[in-house]
Amino acid sequence: MKKLLILGAGTAGTMMLNKLHGMLDKNEWQITIVDQCETHYYQPGFLFIPFGIYTKKDVVKPKRDFFPSDVDVIISEIDKIEPEQNRVLLKNNVVLTYDYLIIATGAKINPAQTEGMKDGQWHKSIFDFYTIEGACALGNFFKHWKGGKLVVNITEMPIKCPVAPLEFVFLADWYFTERGIRDNVDIHFVTPLPGAFTKPRASSILGDFLNKKNILLTTEFNIARVDNEKKAIVSWDETEIPFDVLVTIPTNMGDEIIARSGMGDELNFVPTDKGTLRSLNYNNVFVLGDATNLPSSKAGSVAHFQADILTENFMNVIEGREPSEKFDGHANCFIESGFGKGILIDFNYETEPLPGKFPLPGVGPFSLLEETKMNHYGKVMFRWMYWNFLLKGLEMPIESHMSMAGKRM
Amino acid sequence: MTTVATETKTLERDADGHIKNISDWNEQIANALALEEGIPVLTERHWAVINFMRKEFQEKGDAPSIRRLTKESGVETKELYALFPKGPAKKAAKIAGLPKPKGCI
Ligand SMILES: Cc1cc2nc3c(=O)[nH]c(=O)nc-3n(C[C@H](O)[C@H](O)[C@H](O)COP(=O)(O)OP(=O)(O)OC[C@H]3O[C@@H](n4cnc5c(N)ncnc54)[C@H](O)[C@@H]3O)c2cc1C
Repeated sequence: MKKLLILGAGTAGTMMLNKLHGMLDKNEWQITIVDQCETHYYQPGFLFIPFGIYTKKDVVKPKRDFFPSDVDVIISEIDKIEPEQNRVLLKNNVVLTYDYLIIATGAKINPAQTEGMKDGQWHKSIFDFYTIEGACALGNFFKHWKGGKLVVNITEMPIKCPVAPLEFVFLADWYFTERGIRDNVDIHFVTPLPGAFTKPRASSILGDFLNKKNILLTTEFNIARVDNEKKAIVSWDETEIPFDVLVTIPTNMGDEIIARSGMGDELNFVPTDKGTLRSLNYNNVFVLGDATNLPSSKAGSVAHFQADILTENFMNVIEGREPSEKFDGHANCFIESGFGKGILIDFNYETEPLPGKFPLPGVGPFSLLEETKMNHYGKVMFRWMYWNFLLKGLEMPIESHMSMAGKRM
Repeated sequence: MTTVATETKTLERDADGHIKNISDWNEQIANALALEEGIPVLTERHWAVINFMRKEFQEKGDAPSIRRLTKESGVETKELYALFPKGPAKKAAKIAGLPKPKGCI
C-alpha cells in the first residue's frame, strides 16, 4: 500500500482529499488526513458576523460531513514534520509515515507580533474579524456602540483574502447608515499599501469607492505598536492615528508546525514552486492553499484553482512523469460593497484586475470592478457553492486558468 | 552629478521603476536612485542594508522582506524606517538595483 498523508482539513485539504479520493485506486492507496479541530469554519462568512448578517451557526459544519467514509481521519494537533524521514509526529504521540505529503495547514492571525496589541484592550476596544471569536465579540460590541472613531488597519501583507478589510469598511458604512448613526461614525481605512489595493487599476477604482462612501484612506502606514493609553496606533515613523475602536488585521502567519519542522520562511510559509505547487525542497511534498509562500492571493477561490492543478500534477508524479500543469496565480473574488451590491475582480500572477465582464456559463456575466446587485448575489451564492461543490471537490463552471474573455485593457 | 542623472535616465526600468538589468548597477547609480527616493546621502548604515540585500538576492534569488531584513541584517525595524522612510524593503531594493520584493497581492 502506498500512503498519502494530508495535513490540515480546511478548505484546501478537504478539497484535495475529495479530488484525489476519486482518482486513486483504493486497493493501492491508503489516504490519511489530520486536523486539530472537528469543526469546519466557513471563514468568508466571518466578515458578515460583526454586522449581524450571519451568526456563528451560519458558518460552521462538522468536518466529518465532508470526508469520504473509507479515509483515515485523525483529529489531533500535528507536532512536527520530518521530511527527511518521510514522517509526521502528532501531539497525541502517534507517528505517521508517508510516501507523499500534502501540506494544507493554512494561515492564521498573530496579534502578538505587534507591540501592545494584546495588552488589555484585546476584544474590548481592539478586535479582529479573522477568527470566529473576534468576529462574534465585535458583533456584540457593535450592537451597543453609539459611534466614534472606527479605525480598520492592515498590519502587514500578505493577509488572507486581501479584499476582506475593504469589504469590512464598505459594510460598516452600510451598517451604521441602516442603524441611523452613520454621521456619528468616522470610518478610517489605514493600510501599509500605497493605495486601497495592491494593483494600480483596482486600487484607483476601489479608492474612488472609499471616497464616495466617505471613508477616510491613509496609505503607507506601517504599524509599529498600539498605544493603549492614548488609544492610538503608532507607525514606525511615529505617526499616530487615534481610535475609539480598532479593527485590526494582525500579521498573518503559517502554523508554528512549519517553523518547528524547519520548513518555512520568516512568516512560516512553505517555499513552493509557483507553477507546479511542489515543495521547493522535497520532491514528494506538495503544498496548497494559504500555507504556501506563493505571491498569489490567499483565498478559498485560489485554493480551488490550485487543487485542480495539483490533482493533475499529483497523478503525473505518482505515475512517474514530471508535473505538467502550471498554476497561473488565478484568483476570483467577490467584494461585498454594502447596500445589497458587490464588486468582482478576476486576476492572476501576470494580469492585474481589469474592468469588463466576467462570463460564467449558466449563470450569466458578472461585471468586473463595478458595483452591481448581481455581484452581491455571486457573493451570497458562494457560501452555498462552498459547502455543496467546492469542499466536495466537485466540478464548478469556472476555469482554473484565468481567461481574458470580456476583460477591457 | 549631471552625468549620474543622465546615466539613470538611459537605464532600462521595469513597471515598478526598478532597474531591469542588475549588471547595470553601480554605486553611483545607487546614489542617483536614492535621490529619486528622497534620500540625499547614502550613509554607512544605508550601505549596510543595501549590501545585505544584494548578498541575499544573489544567494536566494529574491530581495528580502522587511522581516528578513530585521532578523538578519543587524538593523532594527525602527532604524530601517528612519533610513528608508515609508517602505524600507521596497526602497532599499530599488536603490540596490534589485526588483521589487515579490511580496503579495
Ligand atoms: C474574514 C475572512 C474572509 C474571507 N473571505 C474570502 C472570500 O470571500 N473568498 C475566498 O475565496 N476566500 C476568503 N477567505 C480566505 C479563505 O477562507 C482561505 O483562503 C481558505 O480557507 C484557505 O484554505 P486552507 O485550507 O489553506 O486553510 P484553512 O481553511 O485555514 O485550513 C487550515 C487547516 O489546518 C489545520 N491546522 C493548522 N495547523 C495545524 C496543526 N498544527 N495541527 C492540526 N491541524 C492544523 C486547521 O485546523 C485548519 O482546519 C477569507 C478569510 C477570512 C479570514
